Amino acid sequence: MASLALREAHGGRLFGPAAVGWLAAAGLSLLFSLLPPRTLPAFLYELPRDWRLPLETWLSASMAWLVEEAAIGPLRFRDLTRALAAFVEWPLALVRALLVEGFAGSGSPGAGPFAAPVSWLAVILLAGLLAARSGDRSLVLLVTGSLAYLALFGQWPSAMVTLSSILIAVPFGVAIGMLLGIAAFRSARFERLLVPLLDVMQTVPVFAYLLPMLFLFGFGPVSAILATILYAMPPMVRVTALALRQVPSEIRDFAAMAGCTSRQSLWRVLVPAARPTLVVGVNQVIMLSLNMVIIASMIGAGGLGYDVLTALRRLDIGRGLEAGLAITVLAIALDRLGQKAASRGERTRQQSADGLLDRPTVWLALGLAALATTELGRAFPFLAAYPESLQVSTGPLWNELVAWINVHFFDQLETLKSALVLNLLAPVRRFLLAQPWPWVLVLLVVAGHRLGGRRLALTVFALAAFVVATGYFEKALVSVYLVGLSALVATAIGIPIGIACGLSDRLWRVVEVVVDTLQTLPSFVYLIPVVMLFRVGEFSAMIAVVLYALAPAIRYTAHGIRRTPPPLLEAGCAAGCTRVQILRHIRLPLALPDILLGVNQTIMLALSMLVITALVGTRDLGQEVYIALTKADVGKGLVAGLCVACIAMIADRLVSAAAAHTRRRLGLVP
Amino acid sequence: MREAGSKRRPWIAAGFALALSAAGAQAGPESADPIRLTLHDWTGQLVTTRIMGEVLKRAGYNVEYVPADYLAQFAGLKTGDLHVAMEIWETTGRQAMDEAVATGLVENLGETGMLAIEEWWYPLYLKEQCPGLPDWRALANCAPLFATPETAPRGRYLGGPVTWGGHDEERVEALGLDFEVVHAGTDAALFAEIESAVQRKAPIIAWVYAPHWAPIRYAGEWVQFPPYEPACYEDPAWGVNPALAYDCGKPRGPIWKVAWAGLGKKWPGARAAIQAFRVTNEEMGEMIAQVDLEGRSVEAVVADWLSRNEARWRSWIGQ
Repeated sequence: MASLALREAHGGRLFGPAAVGWLAAAGLSLLFSLLPPRTLPAFLYELPRDWRLPLETWLSASMAWLVEEAAIGPLRFRDLTRALAAFVEWPLALVRALLVEGFAGSGSPGAGPFAAPVSWLAVILLAGLLAARSGDRSLVLLVTGSLAYLALFGQWPSAMVTLSSILIAVPFGVAIGMLLGIAAFRSARFERLLVPLLDVMQTVPVFAYLLPMLFLFGFGPVSAILATILYAMPPMVRVTALALRQVPSEIRDFAAMAGCTSRQSLWRVLVPAARPTLVVGVNQVIMLSLNMVIIASMIGAGGLGYDVLTALRRLDIGRGLEAGLAITVLAIALDRLGQKAASRGERTRQQSADGLLDRPTVWLALGLAALATTELGRAFPFLAAYPESLQVSTGPLWNELVAWINVHFFDQLETLKSALVLNLLAPVRRFLLAQPWPWVLVLLVVAGHRLGGRRLALTVFALAAFVVATGYFEKALVSVYLVGLSALVATAIGIPIGIACGLSDRLWRVVEVVVDTLQTLPSFVYLIPVVMLFRVGEFSAMIAVVLYALAPAIRYTAHGIRRTPPPLLEAGCAAGCTRVQILRHIRLPLALPDILLGVNQTIMLALSMLVITALVGTRDLGQEVYIALTKADVGKGLVAGLCVACIAMIADRLVSAAAAHTRRRLGLVP
Repeated sequence: MREAGSKRRPWIAAGFALALSAAGAQAGPESADPIRLTLHDWTGQLVTTRIMGEVLKRAGYNVEYVPADYLAQFAGLKTGDLHVAMEIWETTGRQAMDEAVATGLVENLGETGMLAIEEWWYPLYLKEQCPGLPDWRALANCAPLFATPETAPRGRYLGGPVTWGGHDEERVEALGLDFEVVHAGTDAALFAEIESAVQRKAPIIAWVYAPHWAPIRYAGEWVQFPPYEPACYEDPAWGVNPALAYDCGKPRGPIWKVAWAGLGKKWPGARAAIQAFRVTNEEMGEMIAQVDLEGRSVEAVVADWLSRNEARWRSWIGQ
């Protein structure tokens, strides 16, 4: 349906002179793919080693210099970074002691801790009360239910390890993100510098900068937290700048009239006014931090991520799923709590006088109660740790379910897969890999010029040239093939679902849970069953990518459809439109910008999955990054990672320009 | 997972005086700082590391377990953030280990006593369908048995992750086997596919290694290639194919213990104990089976081993 609307939007252009040009280009591309192998010289497909930019060697060398030799006066650079690590280590140790380890009394083995960690009952109680402050009963149920899941399924200790990392990473990420965002809001020049940097940070696979982090900040939870902050912060910066800019000018003028200094106007007026939007950023930081749990566990963070990996290495799908769901549950509980806390902002200020839970004495009493259950835990062990005999596991069930599907339906699945691989995947792959790089550069530049003028053409050219010059062109094409096809499938599935959800609130409530789960459940959890049913290879990788990248396509489409201004709908009704006509002529065209944003995000998420697909044996840029990590090759990792970022930025710039183009065409923007 | 946080340091000295007098150990800890042992994501390594860690604890050392990635850990071992890695396989970790040892920041503390086997492996039920196995020559005729739509008419051999190396592409060519090598991205994906095939009793031939739970859980055999010799990999003239190298099986090699180079200076006693650590493939296989197949906890299995082999581990710490 969306494609229908799109085609209509393009209207007559299909047969214009430009269309003839594009047709000719497609013909030439097809010709390339039909050439017998080795007709064209090899350097047109990949630069020979001697012609490449030796960026990898430079980066490796400068990293070694930074770690081993760099010094500012008597202070070695590494000591500086280590000091920074210690700065994060301290609060982390505190939170971990509180939630996981307890405060040590003495180092001797056998001597009990000086103070036990806060008991599970107390944590559930406190979290429940925190939720109760919002006055929303379903939130209380959700939060206590989530935490009860952790205890019931035996995930409590690991979950607390993960939670303590998150509790440190999120405030740091939010604070740094906000400060950078404010700086960007105040200085346009700073923002111009920052935006490309943020793009790179968001698109370079984490595996690429894990090694430098390890060298500089040491091995362990602190490095993991710093990597998490780096990964989760960019949306906060963007949202902050956007939120401040969106504050109505009347409010800004008011601050000026009231004689605020610029600091007062920022912190007392602009930031509070921007609060609802800022919360979206906080939510993103929480979600992205939880996305990093698996990778963080690979560099010493432990916790739930480690449990997932260990279970899956044993092919204990059920246990892996339970630990993975624990991450999801934690994410959803934190996210909903955060959302409520934000919307509460305005309300409590009016109500605080009569809210029982806002009195400090009540909180003190509750804190003491929590402490009491913790101390009583010494006498009654079930208070300190949830008893093992009451834990349940659905593990075997899941293992048997996958086995059952495998035994009974493998042949059907295999037939389906073979048909898709032989008729779709393989031809697309062959077609793409047959394109020589000069031709691809030409196409990109022309597309950039048509959609966004000379500036965009230059940007796109520079980014693509980087990939060619560093010698990763072929791997990049494989990545484009994997991501492109997956994103296409994801949008083809996601947009119709999104439209349906936009029209029905009841459906959306169900789908929202599924979408949230897909986004926070570590993809490794479903990758293993997928491999069991579809074998190692690109097909399995694509299933994982599609599942992960589906979310934004659904979410943004639903959002766009839902947001149609009611007066326009009423006008449609008054004009006697049928439901289908309203959807086609009013809702869809108006939702198009949102849908395109969703497509953009789908591509970005698909790209971010490249590293994960390397884990099932694809041979693309993700695999190069992964290989670099396993061989401790800093330069190769960074360069291959930057190539992924280049692809992402090319896609992002072109899609955004296309979206702007479409908006102009539709007359949505003057 | 971490059993003792570094924040305990201030109280540690007193604690150790206590522990020392209680245990009456001769080899006391030279430093009260925690020795960090890395934990990876496979059971065998968890068992060996726990055994070593518990033994060190009984010698009075402060021990901390840190979950870490097998190869990423070298970054930590070089800087001294991590101290001991109990299992570096000749077959998969040699390159990273050599690179780290060459920097002088990491040292090899010798063999663990376990021998790593890595080879082409198939489940026993395939023997009827492909007569002549385990001899490699039988594979030449059965390639179509292992074919999938993507590889047909060639057979599909599921190799390990690219990073494991293994020279399977070269082996296939040198031995004239009609197989296509497909690389699993990770160990987990590799065994997921084997599990799936065994459930269906479907044909599969893949890279399996021991000590590991898979050859214990599934009845199967290693393919017998011409046995490995260094000459086979280096000299094309060697072996059945005079024109190409790699016309033999994979090397089998020890599993090494590796440590931060500063270990010996800071905790000489601990270094000696780690050097003395030895277990056998059989013991290890048994313990892995108890954990992965019977569902016992690693801690319980290790405690069992410690109580049954007290004399052995006491000699490691000079008691």
